[in-house]
Amino acid sequence: MKWLSLLMLLPLAGAAIIAALPKSNEKAAKQAALATTLAVMAATIAMAVGFQRDNVDLQFVESYAWIPSFGINFALGVDAIALVLILMSTILAPVVVLAGWNEAHGGRWSVKTFYVLILVLETMMIGVFAATDLFLFYVIFEAMLIPVYFLIGGYGTGERSAAAVKFLLYSLFGGLLMLASIIALYVMSGAQGGHTFDLDKLSQLQMSSTTQNLLFLGFFIAFAIKAPVWPFHTWLPDAAKSATPGTSVLLLGVLDKVGTFGMIRYCLTLFPEASKTFTPLIMVLAVISIVYGAFLAIGAKDIKRLIAYTSISHFGFITMGIFAMTSQAQSGATLYMFNHGFSTAALFLVAGWMIARRGSSTISDFGGLQRVTPVMAWSFFIAGMSSLALPGLSSFVSEFLVLVGTFTRYPVHAIIATFGIVLAALYILIPVQKALHGPTTAGNENLKDLNLREKLAIAPVIAIIVVLGFYPSPLLNVINPAAKHVISQMGFTDPVPSIGDK
Amino acid sequence: MTFTAPVLSYTLLSPILILLGGALIGVLVEAFVSKALRPVVQLTLTLGTLMLSLFQVWRIRGEQSLTAAMGSLVIDGPAVLLQGSILVIAIISIFLIADAEQFTPLAAALPGSAEEREAAQSGNQVTEVYPLTLFAVSGMMIFPIASDLIMLFVALEMLSLPLYLMAGLSRRRRLASQESALKYFLLGSFASAFFLFGAAYLYGYSGSITFAGIRESVIGGSGNDVLLLVGMAFLTIGLLFKVGAVPFHSWSPDVYQGAPTPITAFMAAATKVAAFGAMLRIFYTVFANAEWSWTPIISAIAIISMVLGSLVAISQRDVKRMLAYSSIAHAGFLLSGIIALNKAGLDATIFYLFAYGVATVGGFAVVTLVRDSSGEVTDLNRWKGLGKRSPFAASAFALFLLAFAGIPLTSGFIGKFSIFSAAYENGATAVVITGVLSSAIAAFFYIRVIVLMFFTDAVEDGTAVEIPSILTRATVVISAVITLVLGIYPAPVLDFITDLAIFIR
Repeated sequence: MKWLSLLMLLPLAGAAIIAALPKSNEKAAKQAALATTLAVMAATIAMAVGFQRDNVDLQFVESYAWIPSFGINFALGVDAIALVLILMSTILAPVVVLAGWNEAHGGRWSVKTFYVLILVLETMMIGVFAATDLFLFYVIFEAMLIPVYFLIGGYGTGERSAAAVKFLLYSLFGGLLMLASIIALYVMSGAQGGHTFDLDKLSQLQMSSTTQNLLFLGFFIAFAIKAPVWPFHTWLPDAAKSATPGTSVLLLGVLDKVGTFGMIRYCLTLFPEASKTFTPLIMVLAVISIVYGAFLAIGAKDIKRLIAYTSISHFGFITMGIFAMTSQAQSGATLYMFNHGFSTAALFLVAGWMIARRGSSTISDFGGLQRVTPVMAWSFFIAGMSSLALPGLSSFVSEFLVLVGTFTRYPVHAIIATFGIVLAALYILIPVQKALHGPTTAGNENLKDLNLREKLAIAPVIAIIVVLGFYPSPLLNVINPAAKHVISQMGFTDPVPSIGDK
Repeated sequence: MTFTAPVLSYTLLSPILILLGGALIGVLVEAFVSKALRPVVQLTLTLGTLMLSLFQVWRIRGEQSLTAAMGSLVIDGPAVLLQGSILVIAIISIFLIADAEQFTPLAAALPGSAEEREAAQSGNQVTEVYPLTLFAVSGMMIFPIASDLIMLFVALEMLSLPLYLMAGLSRRRRLASQESALKYFLLGSFASAFFLFGAAYLYGYSGSITFAGIRESVIGGSGNDVLLLVGMAFLTIGLLFKVGAVPFHSWSPDVYQGAPTPITAFMAAATKVAAFGAMLRIFYTVFANAEWSWTPIISAIAIISMVLGSLVAISQRDVKRMLAYSSIAHAGFLLSGIIALNKAGLDATIFYLFAYGVATVGGFAVVTLVRDSSGEVTDLNRWKGLGKRSPFAASAFALFLLAFAGIPLTSGFIGKFSIFSAAYENGATAVVITGVLSSAIAAFFYIRVIVLMFFTDAVEDGTAVEIPSILTRATVVISAVITLVLGIYPAPVLDFITDLAIFIR
């Protein structure tokens, strides 16, 4: 069965149906969007069940000729890393639709346009992780900016159009640098046995180390902007603050992962030597991101900006895990990507509900929510705890793996990064204390607690956070072989821990 | 002295002959058909002529001949592709030209004079634009297939003269329109003079006016190189003027702005195809072996055009001027296809020309729709909130802008990718990197327009979006469909081009 193309077609079909609905029937559009995303989720889970976890080759491979004169194929396939990310994306999509049921009403355009954009975006999210043809990847990588741009600019709040433009220009700039590298790869492949964009063949190209370094930079900067890694991060807080909570979840939870996913899939496999050359620099950038993001988060007064800054810190951890070049760190980074998706989703969605109820996104406007709206407060608390990687919640496992894996090769970096955890406690506990505890601030007495729809939306996210915190092995068993494979392909073996051997 | 009767291959020349015949009948229609019937008759005649010519072009695809017109014209794959592109662009432009609201009722009347008012009241129309367009198209059809310098010059004048005239026919802001026509004419004449000067030097260098003869001298290397360099330089200046590359671009913003928008659309799209078509033939065949002497200069011009076009476009407040500067940048992108000097570059340039031409006509078609009581509104500030007023016009314009910016899934991306990869293949790394970076700059102002249209609230100032006539709607829809199809599934067209595009010498 052609699972991956089916997954990509389903949301498009849903989008077509919604587009055909009358504009006035907003409810039907929402229901159709929910039904579609649920169907995609079910199909993804059904596909994931058939995934052979010890097989490190690409699975569910499909390929169709697309532009034969350039050697371009519509080629799909997943390894464990891509599978995990597709799974995360398709689980988040129905959550976002359900949680943001009324999100589209404040927009410039109709409700149905909102859901058409979301579903088109879902197709692209699946495609960007499943593409095994570099050209196809690039096309989706760039094209997916357009629906996000309209989602932020059309349905966001505040300075939404400025934020949308900033987001688009940063991403386009990075994308164009990557395009220059892609053109160079394409031309080289032509000189070495025929034009192709097939990842496998591209990774076997012969090139001088200078070329490799330059091309690596083209890719890495694009991904570092996307991820975002310090100093390419400035677009993110604005975009996250202006977007609707649902869009922010997709933006931070899924789209930004394309950056870190790209580092593994493209930077490491296509340019192993250059990756090694730049590792010291990238490790420093990652550590700066961790600490800098955390400091910014501590100082943030706006709750959405705060979550965006915490994500910069978290992406620092993921980047560090990817470039530490040990299998634990690599597994940890992939698991981190998955977990970050859910803890950020929980934070953003609950924050979104809080903001919608209070009419303000300033942290100091909240207070004593614990008493007024206990369910909402507890949800926010758990999400926050997951964000600071409390043991027993899913993020702890991945953060721990990244730190342990990094320590064996880069002890100093790992130690500095550990301070990031301490800072995380600050940036989460301060808003938790301000917003949830203490006396109820004036104006908050009559806030309503979560309704059934919202509870239904947040429950699976919190369930995943808790269950994977205690029992991460089903996911880790899938990720580990792939992570080991990436590391061994790079020619690295895990350093043997020397402590305790004496 | 004996006179040899010329041997002409009428089948191969039929696309051009049909156009010329149609144009002449058009002149007769002006003389003999009643005023009321003229617009309909002219439109039908012109469309019919263009379609028939396109049909003939389709029929002669795959034919190759160096002797179609006594060695003055060459028919080969690129010729067919370029001629086909010009005709398609002309057909969708004619739909716009059919809008009489755009043209002055009486070109000979002084702006604001009583005669002008009278002519407007009596419903006068300048239907002369139809035969003029057909003459210009004939010139454009000959330009890329000319194979000697005289023919090339005749074609250049043939395509230019009607355009100079038509640029001055705008109904609104007639003085600006006439000024732009005069500017275009004077600078164009300078360029023609340069061109002739260059042609004379090339004759001096090779003792021949045919491309084959010049090419032989270039390969043989026996002539005086100074003559070659001077000739090549001046000839190139003439050509670069027509495509609007920096530093020969200064006419284009004024003319783009002043000319009636349908004429701007036609001129911007079709002239580029014709002029780049001629450049491709000249540089790929005649001067190919003197590569060392022209690539550095053309590379520099490409880089300056891309950067300057993109940078200056940012500060434009008028949509037609903005598109003019964007076309300067695109001239730079297209020059990288000339520098490529390989088969991939030839294919890519032809594809780019077609894709860009169609998107340009579509873009200007949308410009004709945005109006207030006194005509078109080209001030970008008054385009605010267009997405609300007319989702059709705004979305179509957004699509064309995305294509200009080279966003994936539009024809512009495939064009940019193929042309840059071809240039990179020939080692033009600097050009490619500049191209990519200036694309990023260009994206900024394209996106700003999208922001204005969709994300800014409309100001109530009487700006309205005309309900498009069927013809204008057809132009917009056809251009949009072509732009999308070439972006999503370009394989058939690319294969068609790859199979056909081989120069014969």
